[in-house]
Amino acid sequence: MSELTQLTVAQTAKMIANKDISAREVTEQYLAEIKAKNEYLNAYITITEERALAQADASDARIAKGEGRALDGVPLAVKDLFCTKDVRTTACSKILGDFTPTYESTVTQNLLDAGCVTLGKTNLDEFAMGSANITSYYGDAKNPWGEKLGKDIVPGGSSGGSAAATAAHLCAASLGTDTGGSIRQPAAFCGVTGFKPTYGRCSRWGTIAFASSLDQAGPLTKNVEDAALIFQHMAGHDAKDSTSATHKVPDVSTALHQSVKGLRVGIPVEYRMDGMNAEVEAMWDKAATLLKEQGADVVPVSLQHTKYALPTYYIIAPAEASSNLARYDGVRYGERIVQQGDGIDDMYYHTRADGFGDEVKRRIMIGTYVLSAGYYDAYYLKAQRVRAKIIQDFNEAFEKVDVILTPTAPSAAFDIGQNIDDPVAMYLNDVFTVPASLAGLPGIALPAGLSKDGLPLGLQLLAQSFDEMTLFKAAHALENMLEFKRL
Amino acid sequence: MSLQEKDVAHIAKLARIKVNAEDLPHYTKELSGIMKWIEQLSEVNTDDVDAVATVTKHALPMREDVVSDGHIQQDVLRNAPKSEYGCFVVPKVIDQG
Repeated sequence: MSELTQLTVAQTAKMIANKDISAREVTEQYLAEIKAKNEYLNAYITITEERALAQADASDARIAKGEGRALDGVPLAVKDLFCTKDVRTTACSKILGDFTPTYESTVTQNLLDAGCVTLGKTNLDEFAMGSANITSYYGDAKNPWGEKLGKDIVPGGSSGGSAAATAAHLCAASLGTDTGGSIRQPAAFCGVTGFKPTYGRCSRWGTIAFASSLDQAGPLTKNVEDAALIFQHMAGHDAKDSTSATHKVPDVSTALHQSVKGLRVGIPVEYRMDGMNAEVEAMWDKAATLLKEQGADVVPVSLQHTKYALPTYYIIAPAEASSNLARYDGVRYGERIVQQGDGIDDMYYHTRADGFGDEVKRRIMIGTYVLSAGYYDAYYLKAQRVRAKIIQDFNEAFEKVDVILTPTAPSAAFDIGQNIDDPVAMYLNDVFTVPASLAGLPGIALPAGLSKDGLPLGLQLLAQSFDEMTLFKAAHALENMLEFKRL
Repeated sequence: MSLQEKDVAHIAKLARIKVNAEDLPHYTKELSGIMKWIEQLSEVNTDDVDAVATVTKHALPMREDVVSDGHIQQDVLRNAPKSEYGCFVVPKVIDQG
């Protein structure tokens, strides 16, 4: 294993800036690691070697001229949900075919402007719909911790390829998107740090849409410091996204290395569920104790409507998806299926039947149903009202506490092939991440320890909207207390 | 409420997804299971709240009504499954009215 690829974003950027090593050498090392390990992990579905090397050379040229940028030469993996100019972008769906954008998403452009190198595009659940990266048209991504144990284990989802690539050191950091937990849950399963910013922090322009009122981009990294660095360079107002927040992005790196003395940490009583995994519960309790020992004020809070968050999500997200995915009709891009004698309507039916996988079809049909005449009030409007109750719960809790501590996922990662017979059983993976998504809150998943089987377990911290400063302060302190050993 | 096969056929039609008759029982079972699980929302009293469509607090921004790009016809057509004379080409649209 290459020592260079073990380095964090912060260390890599510093060494390149100091000319201890060239950006080209770093990129070459990562490309070699990808060649050695990606065949099993299937974390990347597209590797852009030439583009990466050209970007690295450009970084080296800037540094030679004394014009180095903050993240010059830092190699990233990009979830294949972000449009990348002249690089095939698929959402891991058959229906997009060889779609090759003529534009770059705002968040990837922001990171390119900061000097980052992009190594390739990572695997995901088709259109980001899934929690195990097993619905990708390009095959399952696998968890590097499973590889170590000689078992085929899911990396989580939907940003499974990004999480696996980050954990296995096939990139310095990666980009993901989180609609109901798609950054945080795979981060937990792969033992990396996953950060979902406040809704509106990162522009959605050029990101393939799943559920527009929930989708938010964020980084998966080797530690909290790196999450702060990548976040700072990808976030910010963008006139091309009308929901983009105008708030100034704070310098979250100044929130690191601070004492948590007096920090008010809430433990939501409703998250302690019947039949909860004992290891997950013990990890959660341990973290609360550690925070208390460092002077934090750990108190119970109530989020009364927690049990209704998942069913609410499974109305709102499919409803928005059914609308967003109506654009895949075989007219302007992607796959088109036309049989002899087909009219235009037949083309829609055949293209969409062939191009979408089972889970995507299920969600489009659920969404279509809950928005259809006669059911809109009973389902969609009702879910929007319950969403208001869930937001109210968080608002009340944040009158008493600064951050909320929960597990990230109800269990460690499971074997490939488990949880596939019952869609609802798969949905339960996001029970701890979905409520914050509905409320638009920032959340960070931290690796906390290992299960008795040797798989990572994760903890999640949540803060109020736009209070990333407090979130990073708590996350960095907790990271230091947990002393998790990365792969 | 439990969905019938004819309901699922109707939903598939609205969603413009071809579902073969032999696949209807499978989809009906799965979608019914999900909808049944979702039904629990009816327990929640929501009389005191308004529906939330977005967590965005700012009003949607306005901009000058001016052209901000253009001359990108080739870019627009680059991924088209079929194009001619600078247009997207689709199968014949026949009015069945």
